[in-house]
Amino acid sequence: MIEIKGLRKTYRAEGRRGREVVAVDGVDLAVAEGDVFGVLGRSGAGKSTLLRCVNMLERPDAGTVAVGGVELTALNRRRLRLARHGIGMIHQHFALLSSRTVAGNVAFALEVTGVARDERRERVAELLDLVGLSGRADAYPAQLSGGQKQRVGIARALAARPKVLLSDEATSALDPETTESILRLLLDLNRRLGLTILLITHEMTVVKRICGSAAVMRDGRFVESGPVTDLLRRPGSELARDLFPLDAPDTFPGRTVVDVTVTGEDAEVPLLTELGRSLEIDVPVLAGSVETLAAGRAGRWRLALPGDGAAAIHHLRSRGAYVAPAVEPPGAAEPWTPSGIAADQPGVPSEELP
Amino acid sequence: MTSSELSELLAVGLRETAWMVGVSTVLTAVGGLLLGVLLVLTAPGGMLAAPVVSSVLGFVVNVARSLPFIILLVAVIPFTRAVVGTTIGTDAAIVPLTIGAIPFFARIVEAALREVPPDVVAAATAMGATRTQIVGKVLLREARPGLVAGLTITVIALVGYSAMAGVVGGGGLGDLAIRYGYQRFETEVMVATVVVLIVFVQIVQMAGDVLVRRLSHK
Repeated sequence: MIEIKGLRKTYRAEGRRGREVVAVDGVDLAVAEGDVFGVLGRSGAGKSTLLRCVNMLERPDAGTVAVGGVELTALNRRRLRLARHGIGMIHQHFALLSSRTVAGNVAFALEVTGVARDERRERVAELLDLVGLSGRADAYPAQLSGGQKQRVGIARALAARPKVLLSDEATSALDPETTESILRLLLDLNRRLGLTILLITHEMTVVKRICGSAAVMRDGRFVESGPVTDLLRRPGSELARDLFPLDAPDTFPGRTVVDVTVTGEDAEVPLLTELGRSLEIDVPVLAGSVETLAAGRAGRWRLALPGDGAAAIHHLRSRGAYVAPAVEPPGAAEPWTPSGIAADQPGVPSEELP
Repeated sequence: MTSSELSELLAVGLRETAWMVGVSTVLTAVGGLLLGVLLVLTAPGGMLAAPVVSSVLGFVVNVARSLPFIILLVAVIPFTRAVVGTTIGTDAAIVPLTIGAIPFFARIVEAALREVPPDVVAAATAMGATRTQIVGKVLLREARPGLVAGLTITVIALVGYSAMAGVVGGGGLGDLAIRYGYQRFETEVMVATVVVLIVFVQIVQMAGDVLVRRLSHK
């Protein structure tokens, strides 16, 4: 549904003579129809620029962007404007018109797409109902909570019945509970309307809760990209590390420490008890969890296997698990030492602690 | 001077001031909005970015803003004759008043339009809005409270400028205060005129404030 090839975008900092900053540095991306694709990255990673290149709010310097088979990079101004009707967008700070009511904001999107006046009223009611805001049609944005504002944003984005929704940190300005309800709404729209969603975020929860596929972006490039369940099983995956942080030492006296990942139906098998029973060993779990992701069930543990672990690893792999030697995540704290305080330095005097 | 003579003078002055300020406000609103929108659109990074046009417009605006109004009043006399057919009287005063106020209001319009969050403009662009729709339905509409507040400031500035209209025989309250109150030492005319002007300005400001409050939904 969305296909990006070799996308590059550079900025010149501070006017014409400034240093060149590469925001997006050769990104390839394909989002399948009906998928929810999350681009995860810290601020400054270039994800916002990437998203703004998808609907040409920013013109890429190189590369192509196609949405629904239409190559946007090749369109003239008028054709691009019409193509944009098929691409909804929601924003971190909602970007609503403060001078219009909730209904007026949704109606604006319909005016822009050329829906006749008498048709608008009905469609506005329909859209507000879709996002659960029917009772607040006459309120002004300033009278709404953050979550309600984002619901208006979503209703507005869906006004022209787009096939694609772009989400620019749509939940980053919201509290966790509201984030949860907005994510549920997005997932619901994805399933009911077959809406393809491309979102950027710095919140792991967003990927966990709604993304079928994801990419990790750093310094303008994708570090890894693909279906979430595939990424979790990939050696050295940052997504796996961030989704399932294994805060435990990577050594255990007399044992071999490994990280085990299971996804999909394999995660339903009582893998660890079964492992212990069939090999008649005990398996200390140093860290780990099983979670329900939008992409399916997934579990990841750090286990201390007896001896060299060969038999147990063989057994786990035969059950579909991905097994890799445990490597303490870079930057992870030494066990029992608070992070940021080096072992040879005196700690904060205890009287100063609250 | 009897009080009936005084109130007759004040009534005429008030009518002349209201006419000069009223007409030039309407003309200034239109001209200033156009110029202000152009300043925003042609600015670097604007929707119709045109560096040359932008700097020329900016320069012209700054020149007009630098001229003391009394100088402008005299400088535009040939132009006034071409437009109104005469260089004296209330109607003739409207021309320099408008020319003086347009650049003033244009800068206010420019500032008010820049207050509209870029996010909101980007959202409208992403929806596929035309540039006309963005200017009309997003920029001007969202900036309405600021535009009305700015127009209020402009009207009051025009009341001040109009005091100098006496130079071209424009009349009005300011001219009355200068001729009777200042040059003929008729203190009661001076005081009465100033009181009427204060009330006039108060009413304009209060009306502006009420309108701004009604338009603002922030």
